[in-house]
Order: sequence, then C-alpha cells, then structure tokens
Amino acid sequence: MAAPRSVRARVAGIAAAPDSGAAAVEAFARRHRFRPYEALPWLAALAAYFLFPGYLPLASQILATILFALSADLVLGYAGIVTLGQAAFFGAGAYTAGLLAAHGWGEPITGLLAAAVTAAAIGFLSGLVILRSTGLSLLMQTLVVAAMLGEAANKASAITGGDDGLQGMQVWPLFGHFEFGLYGRTAFFYCFAVLFLCWLAVRRIVHSGFGRSLTGIRENVGRMHAIGAPVMRRRLVAYTISAALAGISGALVAQTTGFVGLDSLGLERSGTVLIMLIIGGVGRLYGAFIGVPLYMVAQDRFSSIEPVYWYFWIGLLMVLLVTFARGGVLGLVDRLRIWGGKRR
Amino acid sequence: MSRALFGSAVALVAAAVALSPATVMAQTVKIGVINSYSGFVAQAADEMQKGMDLYVKEHEKDLPAGVKLDLIKRDDTSKPDVGKRLAQELIARDHVNLLAGVILSPVAAAVAPLTAEGRVPFVITNAAGVAIPRLSPYVVRVSFTLWQEGYPIGKWAAQQGWKTAYTSVTDFIAGHDAEAAFTKGFTDGGGKIIGADRFPPANPDFTPFIQRVKDAKPDVAFLWVPAQEQAVAIMKAVKDLGLREAGINITSTQDLLPDEQLPIIGDAAIGLVTSGNYSVDAKRPANTAFLAAWKRAYGDKAIADFFSVDGWDGMAMIFDLIKATKGDFTTDQAMAFFKTWKGPNSPRGPIAIDPATRDIVQNIYIRKVEKIDGKLADVEIQTIPMVKDPWKELNPAK
Amino acid sequence: MAFSAGLSVVFHGVAFAMVLYLISVGLSVTMGMMGFVNLAHGVFAMAGGYVMTSLMNRYGVPLPLALGAAAAAVALASLPIERLLYRWLYGGDELDQVLLTMGLVFMSGATAQYLCGALQQPLRLPPGLNGGLHLGFGEVPAYDALLIASGAALVTVLWLGIERSRFGAKIRAAVDNLRMAQSVGIDTSRLFGLTFALGSGLAALGGGLGASLITITPGYALDNLVYFLIVVAIGGLGNIRGPFLAALLVGVADSTCKYLVPQFGAFLIYAMTMAILLWRPRGLFGRA
Repeated sequence: MAAPRSVRARVAGIAAAPDSGAAAVEAFARRHRFRPYEALPWLAALAAYFLFPGYLPLASQILATILFALSADLVLGYAGIVTLGQAAFFGAGAYTAGLLAAHGWGEPITGLLAAAVTAAAIGFLSGLVILRSTGLSLLMQTLVVAAMLGEAANKASAITGGDDGLQGMQVWPLFGHFEFGLYGRTAFFYCFAVLFLCWLAVRRIVHSGFGRSLTGIRENVGRMHAIGAPVMRRRLVAYTISAALAGISGALVAQTTGFVGLDSLGLERSGTVLIMLIIGGVGRLYGAFIGVPLYMVAQDRFSSIEPVYWYFWIGLLMVLLVTFARGGVLGLVDRLRIWGGKRR
Repeated sequence: MSRALFGSAVALVAAAVALSPATVMAQTVKIGVINSYSGFVAQAADEMQKGMDLYVKEHEKDLPAGVKLDLIKRDDTSKPDVGKRLAQELIARDHVNLLAGVILSPVAAAVAPLTAEGRVPFVITNAAGVAIPRLSPYVVRVSFTLWQEGYPIGKWAAQQGWKTAYTSVTDFIAGHDAEAAFTKGFTDGGGKIIGADRFPPANPDFTPFIQRVKDAKPDVAFLWVPAQEQAVAIMKAVKDLGLREAGINITSTQDLLPDEQLPIIGDAAIGLVTSGNYSVDAKRPANTAFLAAWKRAYGDKAIADFFSVDGWDGMAMIFDLIKATKGDFTTDQAMAFFKTWKGPNSPRGPIAIDPATRDIVQNIYIRKVEKIDGKLADVEIQTIPMVKDPWKELNPAK
Repeated sequence: MAFSAGLSVVFHGVAFAMVLYLISVGLSVTMGMMGFVNLAHGVFAMAGGYVMTSLMNRYGVPLPLALGAAAAAVALASLPIERLLYRWLYGGDELDQVLLTMGLVFMSGATAQYLCGALQQPLRLPPGLNGGLHLGFGEVPAYDALLIASGAALVTVLWLGIERSRFGAKIRAAVDNLRMAQSVGIDTSRLFGLTFALGSGLAALGGGLGASLITITPGYALDNLVYFLIVVAIGGLGNIRGPFLAALLVGVADSTCKYLVPQFGAFLIYAMTMAILLWRPRGLFGRA
C-alpha cells in the first residue's frame, strides 16, 4: 500500500531543503497543499463586505453557520456519524457564552473558549454513551440527547430565560476596542477570523492520518477493526472536536446577536444545518461554504418576497437538487468537470 | 395580496398629488412590520396582519396630502434571533421610521434593545411579556399583558364564592405570567390555590392533565394555553372527561376561548367565563363598523379576534401620529405623541397609553359564552374600566 | 376513584398508541424493506387528516366514509410520488433521501397552509362520540373507545394479511433478503410501490382517526416526526409487531407520565427511548 499522500508530501518537503523564505513558503504550501481555489470563499466574503454593507448582520450569521456546518461535515461527512442532534452542542456553546455575558463576563474570546470546552465536554460524555450504536439507533440517540438538553433548558427557565430567551447579555468590545454595534462591522470580522482559524484546523485534521482513518471508519468499519484501528476512540475524538466547533459557532451567534433562545437547541436547527450541508456537498470540506450561503440567502430573499409561503420554494429547490444534482452543488461541479474533461 | 393593493393605492395617491396644483414634497413613512408568517404562531400572525392591513386599507385616504406609506413586511419565522437580525436590517439598512408588529414575546424582547441603540420607535401589537416596555425607552405596546387579564379574572372567581382553585398552564413565560396573575387575584380575593400544574408547550393531548384537575376537585380550574389550536384540544379533554359535569367551574383569559376557535370548540364552551380585551360580539358602534369593514375585505374566510383588533389599533395609533405630524417626525416626537395617545374609537372600547409605563390601558371585560341565534359568542357581562398593567404596579421600575 | 382515574389515563394512552401505530407501521416496513429514510411519512398522515376533515366539513360526508375515502385517496396519490421521486434513491445515499423527504415536508406544509389556512382543521364528531362512555367499572372518553376498537380491528386485519396472504409473504421475503426475493422472481419494484401505498394509506387512516389527538395543522409532518421515529426506532425496522409494542409503550408511558409528573412530559419519553435503544440497538423486534 502506497504511503498516504500527506506523508509523501512531507518527505518531499523535507527533501526539498528550502534555503530561502520563498522556498519555505512554497514548501509549506505544498505540504499543506493549498490550492488557489481555496482562497475563493475568503475573497468572496471580503467582497461581500464591500459590496453589501447593509447586509453585514446576515453575512455574520452566514459565517457563523458555515462553522456550524463544518462541524457537522466533520462528524457526518468524514466520520460517517449521521446526527440529528448537532444543535445540542451549538446550543450548549451559545448558552455558555450567553450566560457568561449576562452575568458580568462579556469578554468575547474567553467566552468562545468556555463555550468550546463546555460543548466538547457534552460531546465527549454523550459520545461515550451513544457512539457504540449505528444507523437509525444512533440517529435517534443523537436526536434524543439534543431533545433532552432542550427540555432541561426550558425547565431551567430561571437561568436560561426559557421561552423568552436569555436577557441582558452585555458583550464587551473585542480586544477592548471594537464595539459590537448596530451596523455589524465588528461582528463580521470577528466571525470571519474565527471561521478562518477553525477552518485551518479542520483542514489540517481532515488531511492528516487521523482524518484518513476516519474516512476508513466511515467506508468500512469491519476492515478498520481488522487492521487494529481504535475505531471507538477515533469516532469519539471526531465527535468531541465536532462538538467543540459547533459550540464555538453557537457562541459566535450568541455574542454577535446578543441573544440566545431555546431554538438554539432545537430539532429544526439540527435539521437545517444538515440540509444546508447536503445541498453544498457532504464530506468535501467546502460543501459548508456553498450550501450555507445558498440556503440562507435564498431564505432571506424568498421570505422578503413572499413572507408566508417561502418554505414551498425552498422545499422545491431541495427536491430539484436531489433529483438533478445528486451529491449537492459540489457533486454537480464534479460531474461538470468530468463531462468537460471527456469532451476534450 | 394586499401589497399589490397598497401598491396601487399608493400609486394613485402619488399620481393625484403629482397632478394637483398645490404639490407638496412627497413624504414617505417607512414602517418595518415584523411578524411570524411561518412557524407555530402563523395563524395568530395572519389574524394580526389582517387587522393591520384592514386599517391601512380603510384609512389611507385619511393620510395627509403628500404622505406615502411604505410597509416593509418581514418574517421572523417565530425565532427571536431571526427577528433581531431583521430588526437590525430594517433599522440600519432600510432606515425605517417605525417598527411595528411582533407576535411572540421572545422576539419582542430580542428586538427591544436594538430600538434603544438605533433610536427607532417600536409599536408592539401583540407580544404580551410584562417587562418588555422596560427594555427600551422607545417601546410602546397597544395590545395587552397577561396580568391585565389574569388578575381581574382571579378576583372575579373569588367573588363568585369559589374557595379553591387549581391552575393548569403551559410551561413557558406567558403561561407563568397567566398563572401568577390569576393566583394573585384569586388569593387577594380570599381564595386558596390547591394545585398548580405546568405542562409542556408542544403538547397535542391534554387528557392526562385534565384528569389531574378532575382528581383534585377544586371549585374552579384556571386552564391556560396560548390562543390557538391548543384551546380546542384542551376543551376537548374537558368535554371528554366531563370536568364541568363533575361540578368544577372553568375560567381563563380570552386565550382559552378565542373568537375564531369558538365555532370549533362548540357547545362545550357554553356558560364559560373568561376575561379579555375584545370579543367579536361586543355591541359598540366602533366594533360594528370594524366588523363590517372586515366582512367586506375578508368575507367569511376569516373570523376577527383580539389579534386582529390589536393590529388594527396599532395602525390607528401610527396613523394618528402621521396625521398630527404630516408624516415628518423625529423619534422623540413620535414617542412623546405615543405616550399620551388615546384611542376612544377602538373596536375594543376606549384605550390609552400609560405615559409612565408606555403600556396599554384598556377596559377588561368579563365575558360569558352564550348561544345567540345558533352561534356561540363571548358576551360581555362586566366591564372593568381602564385597567393598567397590575404587574408593573406591583413591581415598580427601579 | 383513583382506579377510575388511572383507567381513564391508561385507556387514553392505548388510544393514542393505536393512532401512533397506524401512522408508524408503514414507515417501519418501508424503511426496513427499501432501506429508505422517509422523513416525509408524516405528510401522508397529515394528508389523510386534511382530506377527511375537508370531506366532513365541506361536503357533510359521514365519518367512516370520509375516513375510507381519505385513506384510499392518499394511498393512490402516493404511488406516483414513489415512482417519480423516491425510486431513484433506493439503495442510495441516506443523505439524499433526507434532502428529498425534507423538501417534500416543506412543500406539503406550505401547500396545506395555502389551501386550508394556518388554522387547525376542526373535527366535528357525531354526537354519540363526544363525552364519556360508561364501561361498567368506570367512564372513559367515547372517542378513545372508538379509536381502540377500530385500531384493534385494523391491526388484526393487517397481521392476518401479512401472515396469511401471498402479498404479505412477498413483503416478508423482501424485508428479509431483497436479492433472494428478486432471484425467486418477485417483482420487487412493483412490491415497493404497493407496500409504499399500503403504508401511506395506513398513515392516512391514522392521521384521520387521530385528528383529535394529533391536530391537523400545516406543521403536522415536522412537529410529530420525532414521535413517529421513536416508535419505529424502538420497535425495529421492517416488521409490524415491533412498532405495535413500541407504540403501546410510548402511548401509555406518555399518558401516564403526563398524569403523574406533568412538568416532565417529553423528558421521560426521551429517557425511555435512550434506555431502550442502548439495551436493544435494533429496536425491540429488530433483526440482528
């Protein structure tokens, strides 16, 4: 069996023995295999900042939701764990950051870290219990975990604000200087930066040996057991990391909107992120970057034209996508490329 | 559908203005309407929107010359964070002069702080959470609070000579408000609460909860659900288990027997007494005119209820502001106007805004369900005039 | 006194269980047979409810007739849906199935709201079915008694059908081992269509019968999805007995928990589901 590509690249990088800054950068790029098109989403986001200054609040939410979808992609597309309970971690992170900000500690970045830790803990503990199962059983258990957290949050309405939502969040200015204002500029760059850093991390994970073993677990669990891979442990690690990322995205939403409601833990949130990811393409790392903006912008536009029946059009879009563009938008892109290649 | 109607009406007004010899500079008043067109309160949102649209349709001819109305409608999908973002966009991007609407208290609570930051008046036409007007100095509410309705019915129940009560409410903030208000009213009147249940919000089936009430044998049961399909479900359980036949009286706020659900609930509701700020059956001239206009616009496809009237009154207040200022007002002028606004011609009866709390002051009616000409109606049997929100009186702002 | 209350609560739970079973059994069989994650199954129950109530309210059709017509109409309508949309995704990626069926759920909810308004559909029962029924040792809601009686009758017919008929044998064969079934000459593609129609028709029956327990609103398919999935997951895929037991468990547990500890409501159902799934991951009657 040939050595994994990442190992080969690393060997090649070492062998190249860079002796200047430019060559070092080139070696770094080659090692992490940055492709030119990978800059596209970031350029698009920056372009959006300048082209659509009135839409910054929506843009910030899109960026935060992309992170949420990335976390779902990690666990669904790479580890093959079909989950309808990702909102459990989103909500856990949101409430953590929210409660901190509502009780006197509004520093954003530590709030994010606290959210990540809390969500990861919940992911780890629930993963210990449920990750032995597979299929429908696992799906239902992820759903049930999220549902129970939702009930708990409603019961504890004295703390969480229950149905009215968490009141009185006071988020401090970022780095003590940049206030989160009505026009959403700070929020935009905050979400942009956090998403970028998390994306780098996810990318690293996915292209690493660990990431490859996840793909192996997803594709053929029996084989992985046979070669002695610690399947349960790998899945648990992936689940925990994914939970942490989802928690960060929840905290982002909480801090930039100044609000946390019970729906952050709800089934609709788990289901919607799944749908957005599938639309973009699962297990491709960039599905999130395509599916989330597509869905959220369509939702925003449809619902301003037709406030009542826009669900019909979104549903129709989804049915058409499945019928004609299997594998999401990225799947479509793939097919077009192959078709283009054949024609040549 | 009604957007096309405004569009053409506004175009006509604009054309008339342009052609008239004394042309005035066109003044557009932009109102951002945030409503829950989709989600679990869609039906209430529909009622409220119909009320608002009807007022605009009937009264846009009253607008001062040269003033145009631009209603921007946005769907918060029953989610507070969406509502907050929409409010942000309406304020920062669309530069609305006013925000209006909102069914759900959580959405209103999320939007309120933004109005303080953006300095935009916010006319709440439904969300009943007691503390919301305190979240921002630019919030004014024309609908009601659950304490306004729950406290009087509690007192009334005690006055009937009923000694024991059992409360059974939906387990979320509005339900808690209703429960607390009734409890205070009933105990202030000398009664005793022998049991208090809270059941989960997303609940289609009430038989087990009503069984608990039946087991406890109170003199009166205070049953509260958010006004919509749950009202029918809980009344069915009441009917199936024979709660009233077992000698237990039932009371609530208007949410248990909203006008558009009465036909569905059927005869099981006859004789029940609730408190509310509006019932379709009210005989005052303003209501007759309102219902006639409603019938002209919507025929038999919809029954008016308190959501519609609250929406109607919200637009009435806004129109009064526009007429008084010729469509040209600052935020502070608008708030000064709203704080002292009175609406003597509301279908509900006389209403006014309390300048100290920016909340609604209105008659609360004790109504009884009776069958008149084969149709069920909430007949007003007692009027408690000009009730201020009791919760704010008991909990003064610090 | 306490017995009568307890009886009423359990009786009610069994009635609820009947409704859940009728709706979920089709889902269990199609998920087990075609391996298709049909999150839109609730749409057929909802459609059954809408057709039945429309027939009753607008045209005055009596309850049994309206119910039968609704079930037949939905079963017929499900055939082209299966053939045109679902068929392509059999054996395919579950996520595609999720996307398709969620899209259908959204579309159907919006359509229902457009056609019938956001208000829930009223169910005007004939006078004999309102109120209580005296059963010697206690009084129970009359409609609950009807639900249990008709549910039991339908279940018996269904079980006999699956056990005794050829069609039933074909279904059992296809669930057991699809390839073998194909190689002995069973036209599985036609079987899928018919089974799908049967499941949808049963769901429509359940939706119509249960319209007073699970109210017919545009959000029906999504709001109640979790309960249907719980019944199927606990019961096990591809069989008709498992969901029955699961529905009984869920129905009675739900009713009893609400009676004894109203605050906790769904929390205990979720905990029960979790416990059962951890103990028996394939469901109570699922195949290993």
